[in-house]
Amino acid sequence: MSSVDFTWLIGGPQGSGVESGANIFSRVCAEMGYQIFGKREFYSNIKGEHSYFTVRIADKKIHSNVDDVNLMASFDAETIFRHYDEVVSGGGIIYDSDLDGIKTDAVHTLDAPFKERLHKELESKNKPFTIAGVLEIAKEKGVKLFPVSFKSILLTLSEETENPRLKGLIRMYNVIGVSLSLGLVKMPTDSLQKTIDNIFSNKPEIAKINQQTANYSYNYAAAKFENFDYTLPGTQKEPGTLLVQGFQGTALGKMACGCRLQPYYPITPASDESVFLESNEILEINGDRPGSTAVIQTEDEICAMGMTIGGALTGTRSATCTSGPGFALMTEMLGWAGINEVPIVITNYQRSGPSTGLPTRHGQDDLLFAVFAGHGDFPKIVYASGEIEESFYDTGNCFNYADTFQVPVIHLMDKFHASSVITCKRFDTEKISIDRGLLLDKVEDGYRRFEFTEDGISPRSRLGIDNGIFWDTGDESDETGHITEDPILRVKMMDKRMSRLELISKRIPNEEQAVSFGIEDYTIISWGSTIGPVKDALDMLKKEGISIGLIQLKLMHPFPADYVSSLLKDAKTIIDVEANHSGQLGKIFKQNISRDVDYFILKYSGRAMTSTEVYDALKKIVQNKAEKREVLMHGA
Amino acid sequence: MALKPAEFKTDVHNDWCPGCGDFGIVNAIQMALADMGVQRDKTAIFSGIGCSGKTSHYINTYGVHTLHGRVLTFAQGAKIANPEMTIVAVGGDGDGLGIGAGHFVAAGRRNVNMTYIIFDNGVYGLTKGQASPTLKLGEKTKSLPSPNTNSNVNPIGLAIASGFTFVARGYSYDIRHLKDLIVQAVKHPGLSFLDVLQPCPTYNDLNTRDWYAGADLMDEAQKRHSRIYKLEETGYEPTVHYDSEIEINEKLSQALIKSLEWGNKIPIGVFYKNENTTPYTKRLQDKIPNYLENPPAKQNVSKNGHSNTDISKILDSLEV
Repeated sequence: MSSVDFTWLIGGPQGSGVESGANIFSRVCAEMGYQIFGKREFYSNIKGEHSYFTVRIADKKIHSNVDDVNLMASFDAETIFRHYDEVVSGGGIIYDSDLDGIKTDAVHTLDAPFKERLHKELESKNKPFTIAGVLEIAKEKGVKLFPVSFKSILLTLSEETENPRLKGLIRMYNVIGVSLSLGLVKMPTDSLQKTIDNIFSNKPEIAKINQQTANYSYNYAAAKFENFDYTLPGTQKEPGTLLVQGFQGTALGKMACGCRLQPYYPITPASDESVFLESNEILEINGDRPGSTAVIQTEDEICAMGMTIGGALTGTRSATCTSGPGFALMTEMLGWAGINEVPIVITNYQRSGPSTGLPTRHGQDDLLFAVFAGHGDFPKIVYASGEIEESFYDTGNCFNYADTFQVPVIHLMDKFHASSVITCKRFDTEKISIDRGLLLDKVEDGYRRFEFTEDGISPRSRLGIDNGIFWDTGDESDETGHITEDPILRVKMMDKRMSRLELISKRIPNEEQAVSFGIEDYTIISWGSTIGPVKDALDMLKKEGISIGLIQLKLMHPFPADYVSSLLKDAKTIIDVEANHSGQLGKIFKQNISRDVDYFILKYSGRAMTSTEVYDALKKIVQNKAEKREVLMHGA
Repeated sequence: MALKPAEFKTDVHNDWCPGCGDFGIVNAIQMALADMGVQRDKTAIFSGIGCSGKTSHYINTYGVHTLHGRVLTFAQGAKIANPEMTIVAVGGDGDGLGIGAGHFVAAGRRNVNMTYIIFDNGVYGLTKGQASPTLKLGEKTKSLPSPNTNSNVNPIGLAIASGFTFVARGYSYDIRHLKDLIVQAVKHPGLSFLDVLQPCPTYNDLNTRDWYAGADLMDEAQKRHSRIYKLEETGYEPTVHYDSEIEINEKLSQALIKSLEWGNKIPIGVFYKNENTTPYTKRLQDKIPNYLENPPAKQNVSKNGHSNTDISKILDSLEV
């Protein structure tokens, strides 16, 4: 059986339907049984700047993108200029033949540093600074060109369907690009029909135009384009396959595990999660009246955090969702939640910092910040999900940790998760357990909220229950919650709170703290979304007989020092793979384990890591040709 | 059985300065809670930072002493999660109108059904007397090295402009009147705001108890003319009765004009009151049909330790 591993890229100006084009393409491929890993890249811009989506399709589980593109669908000049060299020999470029003569200077969204690099390349190959120039380079490399006039497709289509409106509808370009692609790879056409009907189910008029355009373009490609090596005839579909975006994993996890309040302030790439939660705010509860998630848009992140804590004080499972700059604003209150032992979950979809950095780009920049967030010493948990599928289950765990240890939990996700779309097994709510810890429904007289207990965890009352009165304060307090500055009590209270860290290390099962995918002489430590590219890179190496180990860190704080040390005792060389400049995991690794990382594979260009470049870097390491810091650069 | 004011007191030692206006406000809150017959365990006092921040420790209900400028954020979250709670938020003028001004304005727009009381003394007491947002431009209290270089904010005007639906001012040395205002404020179905004028005997040597009493305004017969006067005694009518735009604008305008009075005549009492604006919890109820009957804090989220939330329809829609 031939194995399919095919990457499709669609690009265009922001607002031109790149995302919906990719959505159609992904869904069609998923419908036909393929596994998907798709990812969107875009500028911090509403309309006009370059946006693109890569969709990788395979007939086995995949965890990442690769560098190579097998087919590119472009309907504007910028996409060709920016991505022509990513298409592999034997791959294809579908492009608008009307663009042939467009010069680089005519594309105003091409920024100067990029243009300079492109000109240098064209000059060295003696090509004109035009679309024709770059396409010639592609052709010489062995890329097949599939020119088609998008305008004339619309014109013919308009005549055939006797719909004069169609000829001017350039927003159909995305559907044309998608359908030409599907026709070219001979994807069975019925899933395209089905997907379009599905997507435009409540807009029959628009569905019809899209159907006509899709049909025509599909047939056009099937009839006119020849000699393309790749076909995607479809494969066996696994029952119960979801096509999900990253933010849906945590959002669904929150619904399932009983999060009933989510205040938030809009920030990319986190807001999608809150919007999705609000779109599904009315919840069906098994055997009970409906429940709901109150999703509150606040005036700023500070209010979002304050409301989250206020909600948690009533016993409600409460969370907020933000990204680095928003989390920065929340840290004052993080300490308040810490000293008052309030269980909350903060989902932090990291992006490239510092400051607003690259607001719509990738990065795992907030690990150290999350671990050290807040003034003073207080216990907290920092937990990181690797792949989207696990983020659903991890969200449930984060709430359980918050409740049982009565600490704030920072759940680290990132932009790579948020804007990736994948196929995975249907989420299983049966696997979500709910442990509210020592949360009380009834309270006896003489209750003290911060009572000293054997394991340092006090039974927790909540606002509004009989006899459960407590006081909270950001000041140091006695067992009732009233302010104290007594030195002896202060030490006792600090010890009580901080003893939580040891308890956390002891009580969270090892496999939830770190996951070992095998230990070898060379073993990788990694965390968060980079796990996907690492896994795929390791698969590629394994095929060449090179075995490299991997430990995925999930509990980032308190760091599972003993467990990770024991796992690594036979590993000779440690390689840290992560998406930030300073190798932040490496830093806390060394701090906790007193062992140096031997190699760093880092990416901080703001673009997602691909398995290809991880593979390349690992190979260099194994061949002893690598620098201590291998910095990855792929991606436009 | 209704509790007495004394039963709303804790035995926590009160460390406010002798003669502090805060005492009157705390007493008035305790009297008001007793008057209304609220249940201690269905009531929470949220406080900010500063001298007034300690208020929550002196009142025998749930007490949440939060952070500088942030009291409204915590309080609103609690009320939204558990709308059956009676929630009173308190804080200083610096707390609420300086660092917390953004939350103040946003809270006005939301109209969560709770009460916010500002202890207004023109200075930052606990950090030793710096100028607060209500101190006038050019005024120099004794702990300021030079006259205040900022203009003041008008708390009543700001509350009106922000959408608070009950706006009143009290005076901490008129405890009975203040208690009545607190009762009205708490009973108001929406966000109520109380600006409470309060001398700071330690740091504010301008707006003293004597100054409010008009000791410097004696007439020829050596009679004091208190600066404080009560709006209700002047026939002022703050209430929006018919909820027409014309009437609302009329009542808002007169309240704004009243809010500008200062100097020799300082009004206390209710400036503006509109019970017709939908409270935030009702706004949520309008989009989540059983929200009030089954609010977040009342929902059972598990069955025998497992999820009881049925997300299968959403999963179906994501399935390919």
